[in-house]
Amino acid sequence: MFDRDRWGEIFEAIGKNKLRTFLSGFTVALGILIFTILLGLGNGLLNSFLSSFVDDAQNIIFIRGGNTSKAYKGFQENRRIQFKNEDFEFIKSNYIGKVEFATPRIYRNGSAKYKKESGSYSIRAVHPDHQYLEKTIMMNGRYLNESDINERTKNIVIGRLVEKDLFKNEKALGKMLNVDGIAYKIIGVFQDSGGDNEERIIYMPYKTVQLLYGNNDHINQINLSYNMAMSTEQAIAFSKKIEEDFKEKFKVAPDDQSAIRVRSFAEDIKETMVILGGIYMIIFVVGIGTLISGVIGIGNIMTFSVKERTKELGIRKALGASPRSIIAMVLQESVLITSVAGYLGLILGILALKLIGNNLEKFFILNPKVDTGIIMTATMVLIFFGLLAGYIPARRAAKIKPIIALRDE
Amino acid sequence: MIEIKDLHKSYQMGSNSLHVLKGIDFSVKEGELVAIMGSSGSGKSTLLNILGMLDEADSGSYFLDEVPIKGLNETKAAQYRNKFLGFVFQSFNLINYKTALENVALPLYYQRKKRKERIDKAMEYLGKVGLAEWATHLPSELSGGQKQRVAIARALAADPKVLLADEPTGALDSKTSYEVMDIIQSINDEGKTILVVTHEPDIADMCKRIVHLKDGVIVEDKEVEQVRASQYV
Repeated sequence: MFDRDRWGEIFEAIGKNKLRTFLSGFTVALGILIFTILLGLGNGLLNSFLSSFVDDAQNIIFIRGGNTSKAYKGFQENRRIQFKNEDFEFIKSNYIGKVEFATPRIYRNGSAKYKKESGSYSIRAVHPDHQYLEKTIMMNGRYLNESDINERTKNIVIGRLVEKDLFKNEKALGKMLNVDGIAYKIIGVFQDSGGDNEERIIYMPYKTVQLLYGNNDHINQINLSYNMAMSTEQAIAFSKKIEEDFKEKFKVAPDDQSAIRVRSFAEDIKETMVILGGIYMIIFVVGIGTLISGVIGIGNIMTFSVKERTKELGIRKALGASPRSIIAMVLQESVLITSVAGYLGLILGILALKLIGNNLEKFFILNPKVDTGIIMTATMVLIFFGLLAGYIPARRAAKIKPIIALRDE
Repeated sequence: MIEIKDLHKSYQMGSNSLHVLKGIDFSVKEGELVAIMGSSGSGKSTLLNILGMLDEADSGSYFLDEVPIKGLNETKAAQYRNKFLGFVFQSFNLINYKTALENVALPLYYQRKKRKERIDKAMEYLGKVGLAEWATHLPSELSGGQKQRVAIARALAADPKVLLADEPTGALDSKTSYEVMDIIQSINDEGKTILVVTHEPDIADMCKRIVHLKDGVIVEDKEVEQVRASQYV
């Protein structure tokens, strides 16, 4: 294998048979190139589907109150449904084991001021669980905790861009921020993958906001995540159950669509999973197809190549080459060519995917990338089958009597 | 050098058996230059194949330099071919992408000789056939006679015991044929044992002994007065 003379002989054969080398190399490189690009684009498609879920937890359910659209049980229509803290407590205490995290949300806009800089920002008053529901990532400091809620502290957590806007190059952590005339202490700075708007938010303890803005216990919305152990069907049923319970609680007609709105991703996920399954299937089938055609291509080239060399191999045998050395020479050559070409195809494919980048975002292809492991496996498969495809004719060539090979004019 | 006793060989042709060699007794001493003649179908090529270990006899014995040649596997046969025999073919059979020098050096590669030694030896033998200045040329750049001379140099490079030439002049015009025979004669003069298969009487006359094959048996085996090829060159 590491015989320098043999490699010399092989390099000579490769160098002086450029067409043969090119043909077999081209087949492999093209196969891997197509496979890589295809897989990358498929992954891009997957990424763009998955990206709609990355912002928030996937097992999330939103509950919102609206106005009733129907008169029911003595109430007139167009009644405002206002959630309160007790409704949030109801969620927490009533669905034990099914609810993973839950938080109320109160929406406000506030103008924040630090030294000379000021700006208007969304305020979300939340429970500490909100961090897990929103997948908020802390860069500095900490998130809100239970004692912030219970003691109604004036502690706040601000988004990365709030810090950037107002504090410029200063560190915001531990500084006081004036929001609507009240001074809050910044206990944490966060980032969020949901985009710029998600990073221009100020989080406050919900009870603090209730105290400072109107001294009530109103809530705009309740977010919760259900136990991941639930199946999609169970999750859909669970969100229906919440809707029914709330409608009963607020005396809303069961068929009223606008008073209580419970929205979960469970159904979306179910649909998406079906689509994803389809995409995976297509990628799989086309990928395997590409590999198979690559293998067949290599097989053809190898057969052709060995056939073309029958006479040369016969001469070598007459001069004293053993059958083993003939087979080894043919196979080593083909492995060398397929490896180099496969690697080339791989590099080209990855390069092409890099060039494509996010240019195809409008075709739902986001960040097309490939798992190097898979591509390596594919290359190995091609090399292996190239070997196999080469071995059969090589063995035949090695077995053929030199006198017959030589006579074959 | 070569000892053959009662050699038989038949080929299965479908349901028929074709008896090609019907008991050949034949021996060649060191330094001989033997022509094997016969019409096509006489069995001369089969005999040469068996002598060249490219084919095996059904029965009979074959000793090459007192080594019994029998029941060899492919690898062993390749080894023996490399060590004992040099081949010259009608159609030259040079490897077309290798230069004259590389072609001559090839048997030495299969003898696992070092690169330097291969090149030096190959150069020496190319010089012997008068083609030293053509060393770096590809076969396609050589004339037929030159190609055959490269092939002879290649056959000699491994320093074999016996040189087997199968119609070495079959593809050459008569002038070039004589040039090639001149080289073969001069190699023989140096003591090399050479067997030449030919159907041309004038080529056979340039050997020292002529063996006639007909229908699988030797019908005539005679020493002849050698005609020197150099007078025609």
